Amino acid sequence: MAPKRTAREPTPSAATTQASSTASVPAIPTKASLKAKDNQSPQEVALGIWQNYLDTTPQRTKLIDVFMSFLVVVGVLQFVYCVVAGNYPFNAFLSGFSSTVGQFVLTASLRIQTNGENKADFGELSPERAFADFVFGSLILHLFCINFIN
Amino acid sequence: MADSGSITESFFKGSSGRNTRGLLRLTILSLIAAAAISSRLFSVIRFESIIHEFDPWFNFRATKYLVQHGFYDFWDWFDDRTWHPLGRVTGGTLYPGLMVTSGAIYHALRALTIPVDIRNICVLLAPGFSGLTAYATYLFTNEMSTSPSAGLLAAAFMGIAPGYISRSVAGSYDNEAIAIFLLVFTFFLWIKALKLGSAFWGALCALFYGYMVSAWGGYVFITNLIPLHVFVLVCMGRFSPRVYVSYCTWYALGTLASMQIPFVGFLPIRSSEHMSALGVFGLLQLVGFVEFVRAGVPSKQFATLLRGFVLVVFAIAFGGLVLLTVSGVIAPWTGRFYSLWDTGYAKIHIPIIASVSEHQPTAWPAFFFDLNMLIWLFPAGVYLCFQKLADEQVFVVVYAILASYFSGVMVRLMLTLTPIVCVSAALALSSLLDTYLTIKSPTEPTDSSADAVNGTTASSKKAEKAAKQDGLRSLSKPLVGIYTTFSKTSVVSALTAYLLIFVLHCTWVTSNAYSSPSVVLASRMPDGSQHIIDDYREAYQWLRQNTPENAKIMSWWDYGYQIGGMADRPTLVDNNTWNNTHIATVGKAMSSREEVSYPIMRQHEVDYVLVVFGGLLGYSGDDINKFLWMVRIAEGIWPDEVKERDFFTDRGEYRVDEGATETMKNSLMYKMSYYNYGALFPPGQAQDRVRGVRMPEKGPELNTVEEAFTSENWIIRIYKVKDLDNVGRDHASASSFAKGNKKKKTTKRRGPKVLRVE
Repeated sequence: MAPKRTAREPTPSAATTQASSTASVPAIPTKASLKAKDNQSPQEVALGIWQNYLDTTPQRTKLIDVFMSFLVVVGVLQFVYCVVAGNYPFNAFLSGFSSTVGQFVLTASLRIQTNGENKADFGELSPERAFADFVFGSLILHLFCINFIN
Repeated sequence: MADSGSITESFFKGSSGRNTRGLLRLTILSLIAAAAISSRLFSVIRFESIIHEFDPWFNFRATKYLVQHGFYDFWDWFDDRTWHPLGRVTGGTLYPGLMVTSGAIYHALRALTIPVDIRNICVLLAPGFSGLTAYATYLFTNEMSTSPSAGLLAAAFMGIAPGYISRSVAGSYDNEAIAIFLLVFTFFLWIKALKLGSAFWGALCALFYGYMVSAWGGYVFITNLIPLHVFVLVCMGRFSPRVYVSYCTWYALGTLASMQIPFVGFLPIRSSEHMSALGVFGLLQLVGFVEFVRAGVPSKQFATLLRGFVLVVFAIAFGGLVLLTVSGVIAPWTGRFYSLWDTGYAKIHIPIIASVSEHQPTAWPAFFFDLNMLIWLFPAGVYLCFQKLADEQVFVVVYAILASYFSGVMVRLMLTLTPIVCVSAALALSSLLDTYLTIKSPTEPTDSSADAVNGTTASSKKAEKAAKQDGLRSLSKPLVGIYTTFSKTSVVSALTAYLLIFVLHCTWVTSNAYSSPSVVLASRMPDGSQHIIDDYREAYQWLRQNTPENAKIMSWWDYGYQIGGMADRPTLVDNNTWNNTHIATVGKAMSSREEVSYPIMRQHEVDYVLVVFGGLLGYSGDDINKFLWMVRIAEGIWPDEVKERDFFTDRGEYRVDEGATETMKNSLMYKMSYYNYGALFPPGQAQDRVRGVRMPEKGPELNTVEEAFTSENWIIRIYKVKDLDNVGRDHASASSFAKGNKKKKTTKRRGPKVLRVE
């Protein structure tokens, strides 16, 4: 992992032009501060992560995250219902469930691609292009799901 | 003059303009496609444009149905002319990709006002797609290597390699015809998606994967190879957001796409072959989450904790998978795939899988025969991939290892090995050519050599710099190199010679080994002229013209598709061996005595029985040679009625002559094969040319069936099943009565009577 981190280091300077609230720049001091007190209770650690997340994530990404958590909730609900009520129209369950899973994954991909931290990995992929890819993937996904649900 | 000089100079330096190179590429690719297509036309030119083997006949028939009745009828086609009492839900038990593709081509050509017969489209589909395969290989290899020649070389190899030609000559209208193109193209899209980390390419890859699923059962190879690639990448610590994006897009869309095919249905959720893809999907979610958290949290302990967490979850998931498989929620490996791991499995448990000649292990000569020089360039190419181990090279390595194993287990899987052999051989060869084909020495080495001449100070500086650049000495470029024109030309000319020999070899193999339609048997007369033995079509045509529309034909399953396709009559069993018991029933009818087999045939409403007999002509693929498989398959179901041991002599020999066992001589197959055979020869000299034995003096007699047709060279013999006797006797006594085998002296003695119960 070490070379990757070093590779990421110079990117924020390039990324700052794109988004002023890029994650990695302010993340570094918090990292250092967290490192200082290593022996804290799990609660504090979790709280720290949460605070860190709230501080460093840009608004758009948070929106995406809300959508993703909504998808998780829907998926879990479907699954629980399937467990409770049985899976008789199995294709209906599968298409509903896999549409949430697929949409979750596609959204996660969009989040990864638009995240400023990952600039190094996705060279020429602009956020607009990532969004167009997302739309394309989602369209295909829903076509298949609608076809599969009968 | 100066202009031309600069042009030639730039040409030889390899610095020709973009346009020139693009034009050259285009020309070369179209030439490769032309070569790929034309080298597959031997059989069409020599014989005629017909469908070749057994399986393609069904595909052809299904395509005709599709073209005649439209897509929706094809989709829910219940075929009542196969598997006679049962029928076959064809729409749900076939991979429709091939038929739909050729149907689409048919309609497209119609729309362009080029009305082409559907048969010609079916015959020429495989050559056409082989051109596309060459192009897909070109694209795939270009992703692997920066060398401009690698892609073109790979395309050329793929175009003419006999390992691929063997399944894609004109007339072999089999699923593999389009599947290999889809395989390579899916892999290309996958590599592209992985390199760019693009959801778009991932989605395209999923779409083509869906197409591949609709075309060939070998899609399982892709579903296991891509996850394996990703798994290896994760294990190497090369997880990156690109891997996540490309794989998850591919899996989420591709699985849904594959479930749209009725034949596949819920298999991607339920069967073990697909579980690796699901497992890697789950693993990637975990790894992605952990990476995400790790980015926010610096603590080293926390990271190790997370790693432990991943391992534990992975172990739990794996355990759960094993548990589910054991408890039966997830179907275990099907026999066909399981026999790839346990190579002795099929022979013991599923004789029907082992009975197919394509499912045997591959011998070494087959590798050299099918791949010639590529097979020894192949490991070198894989080694080169190890040297430059980027994500896509890992794919080549994984693919190479997996495919070489599988092709070693099964002859048929040579087909999936061929693309990667072509690619990695092209990588090896292109790196050789790149090294030896540049006439000018590259600048960097000349510098160093010049330094070496100049003095030690500069060179030591250079060497230091080089050493600093790459830590390992073995990885650093050697200062010495081959720059003399002589050595370069000798190496290049040797390579050229090999390439030319490769072309010769491919053409020779294609022409001699792989371009014979099995429907038409060709033999040479002593004066070199060709003599065509066309018994198959003669017999099928007889059936088509001289039997009622719904006459049921019983034959061994090998000929089921051909009977359905050429004779257009209902059959009992065919090459789609989905019901083993039904096949065993036919096997039992063939291998039992007439008194036993007649009721079976009556119960299945059999009208005609067709056997293939090669004894007159020396045609070795006949039913007597396949007879033991019938016995074995029947024995699997009725162990106490059919016994394989009974067909061997006391000394364990399988004989058909005088020394054959009573069971053998009384079996229906034996009787039908050798019925009246002795009449062809002078008395006492009947000879079986396949088994190479002299037949017994007195041929077998048939009571329950009568000879209806025997083809010109006695290859196909068709018997009509007799109706019940008019006065209720059994057939044996009826025929003996008809022959007058009655004793002259009428005995008044009464036999033991039984009470009439009525």
